[in-house]
Amino acid sequence: MDFWLSDDERDLQEGIRSFVEGRFPLEEIAEREETEAVIDLDRWREIAEMGVFSLRVDGFDNRSAVVAFEELGRGLVPGPIVATHLTAGLIDGASEGSAVVTLLETDATATVLDHAGQATDVLRFVEGGAERLDPGSLSLAAIDRPLDTLTPVWRVDGDVESGTEIAGDADAMRLAGTLLTAAQLVGVAAGAVELATAYAKEREQFGRPIGAFQAVKHLLAEMYTKTDVARSAVYAAACALDGAADDDVDRAVSVAKLMAGEAALFGGKTGIQVHGGMGFTWEVHAQRFWKRAVSLDATFGTVDHHSMRMAEMIDVRSGA
Amino acid sequence: MDLRYTEAEQEFRHELRSWLQSVLPDVPAEPGPNDWAARREYDTGWQKMLYEAGYAGINWPREYGGRGATPTEHLIFLEETEQAKAPYVGMNFVGLLHAGPTLVVEASDEQKAARLPGILKGDDVWCQGFSEPGAGSDLAALGCKAVRDGDQYVVSGQKIWTSFAHVADYCELLVRTDSDVAKHRGITWLILPMDSPGIDIRPLRTMEGQIEFAEMYLDEVRIPVDNRVGDENDGWRVAMTTLSFERGTAFVSEMLQTMELCRDLATFAERLGRWDDHGVRRDIGRIAAELDALWALTKRNISEATRTGLVGAGGSVFKLAYTDLRHRLGEVALHLLDRASLSQDDIGDLATGDHVQGRIHGLKMSIAAGTTQVQKNIIAERLLGLPKEPKWTSG
Ligand SMILES: Cc1cc2nc3c(=O)[nH]c(=O)nc-3n(C[C@H](O)[C@H](O)[C@H](O)COP(=O)(O)OP(=O)(O)OC[C@H]3O[C@@H](n4cnc5c(N)ncnc54)[C@H](O)[C@@H]3O)c2cc1C
Repeated sequence: MDFWLSDDERDLQEGIRSFVEGRFPLEEIAEREETEAVIDLDRWREIAEMGVFSLRVDGFDNRSAVVAFEELGRGLVPGPIVATHLTAGLIDGASEGSAVVTLLETDATATVLDHAGQATDVLRFVEGGAERLDPGSLSLAAIDRPLDTLTPVWRVDGDVESGTEIAGDADAMRLAGTLLTAAQLVGVAAGAVELATAYAKEREQFGRPIGAFQAVKHLLAEMYTKTDVARSAVYAAACALDGAADDDVDRAVSVAKLMAGEAALFGGKTGIQVHGGMGFTWEVHAQRFWKRAVSLDATFGTVDHHSMRMAEMIDVRSGA
Repeated sequence: MDLRYTEAEQEFRHELRSWLQSVLPDVPAEPGPNDWAARREYDTGWQKMLYEAGYAGINWPREYGGRGATPTEHLIFLEETEQAKAPYVGMNFVGLLHAGPTLVVEASDEQKAARLPGILKGDDVWCQGFSEPGAGSDLAALGCKAVRDGDQYVVSGQKIWTSFAHVADYCELLVRTDSDVAKHRGITWLILPMDSPGIDIRPLRTMEGQIEFAEMYLDEVRIPVDNRVGDENDGWRVAMTTLSFERGTAFVSEMLQTMELCRDLATFAERLGRWDDHGVRRDIGRIAAELDALWALTKRNISEATRTGLVGAGGSVFKLAYTDLRHRLGEVALHLLDRASLSQDDIGDLATGDHVQGRIHGLKMSIAAGTTQVQKNIIAERLLGLPKEPKWTSG
């Protein structure tokens, strides 16, 4: 057993991290906010050139993929990266970044589709399979005030007609999608801890950095702890999906999504608290981590959803 | 990353499993919590069996009588013994997990030869005399005084919370040998034979109702200088070796037990007809998930130890998350138990006692071996680089 990033995994992590830092500075990302086109399509193609969308089609495993997606989450890179990645090789242009594929979840409380304005294709999981829909076939109403302004959303009205079937193992796609969203969430949580920790070292009150106050220190320690525990769960689930662990795959993926959602939501809100009044401003990025956490938590099942799934998987030896 | 066990690791597991199957039927029933003579017999008897089969001191180096197992094999050992419901390390805890490993790293050859075999064979029980009434979290503030008199130290002072002091043969004792320097620099680590004249042990009752730890008064107790481990006034560094051990694999067995407790609670909810309750399912489902995640973290920490030889602050991350979980699991359990939570004994044919006792256990876990608040300080300072706690004392 070796629960440690391999040299290749570490290289990939560093490669994606410097790509994200270089090509997706938060200041630039934020400039496109509140438009229907938060995705810079040139940059989207660069993501494709980095091999992110085609990663697993190109023979990389889920372990490499979670390492890469964590970095994309950490940098708040906008766009339906997971859905586009899932359909690489299945929907034209997904691998190359000429397509923007977004995920439609119709079994939720409300049918709300993100990134519809720039989407070329829509992915939907249905009973026993997956299908591709044309965004034009949907009755879409733009939402004026999305929660995460880097995740613009549309209300889908009326019934959604069936699309064309997508080849490939839909269950495996759904599991991978859940896992990679969890990886992004771990990145969001980690990004929130880093931002808040840096602020706590620099902001002074009562003649000392606020990070010297235990109340603040302890919040940051809790953020870090939740993030690191969630990261362990995400890596372990990736191993399970790759057959590099004996654990039950469904269970491991639910654990990963739940822990990552919780870490990101906690990290997001606590990061705002640590920033004080600045945390509530538009300008400071703390809010963006929390908003992305909410948006990704509600993709491929919330913390609550996966807690209930876990309960189903507990072996209740009735009468025992 | 690869979580699969290698062939050698699997072979180790199989051998251990079949050994456990062959010997466990011969292990007597576990004695009651207050029958100390029987408990000693039981805990050290199991240690002897491990020793004879070559499993004692699983992670200790071979040259000192251990098995020299890798951290992963150590994990497998803990997993298998727990699954087979083999006896827990019990009162051998300090010897095997604290004092012994410290001696392995820090003691002289003579000291090793004299003390290590007794721990491995289950002949000697050790206790830890670190905490004092005035020095708990701030351990370095300890004042138990040792004055050099020829080839002996004369030690006077008081220790507290000394687990198993009333049954131990030896104590890893921290004493103050210099009061005029910074507090960390005047501490010395000594081996105290518990039959030395001048030791008065006054057992303390824990909130569980049992005796587990004691106050230990030392009145001019004479300890040979030969019993000093490390240099005079270098005891703080020596003690830190022990503490980093404590935060590594020390809680694995009990975390595996907690997984069982969590499954049990779900079964219990089912029997009460509450397993359809959305809130109950969500709470228990979530705790079960956290336990899986902590198991994953444990493996990561084990692999870190394999790769780097250190546990690092990952042990603090684990302890913080684990003890917090124990509190929440206990709270869910007590609410579910409702009136049955008023009894530490099982009510009727419902196995409720374990859950009530488990709740109490959680309260201890967030205090012993570094409180939750101290763990958070460690994580914030060592992993996040935040400012250190202010020094209020002259030290
Ligand atoms: C079951 C059990 C077994 C034990 N066994 C042993 C043993 O065998 N040998 C031994 O030597 N000791 C033993 N201990 C002692 C244990 O290590 C101490 O209780 C522990 O370190 C806390 O010290 P204290 O009790 O003095 O609490 P204190 O240090 O007085 O702490 C009281 C409260 O103040 C908080 N606090 C203290 N300092 C800080 C700080 N800097 N920042 C924030 N909060 C702070 C603590 O978190 C806690 O909530 C045992 C304890 C228990 C409960």
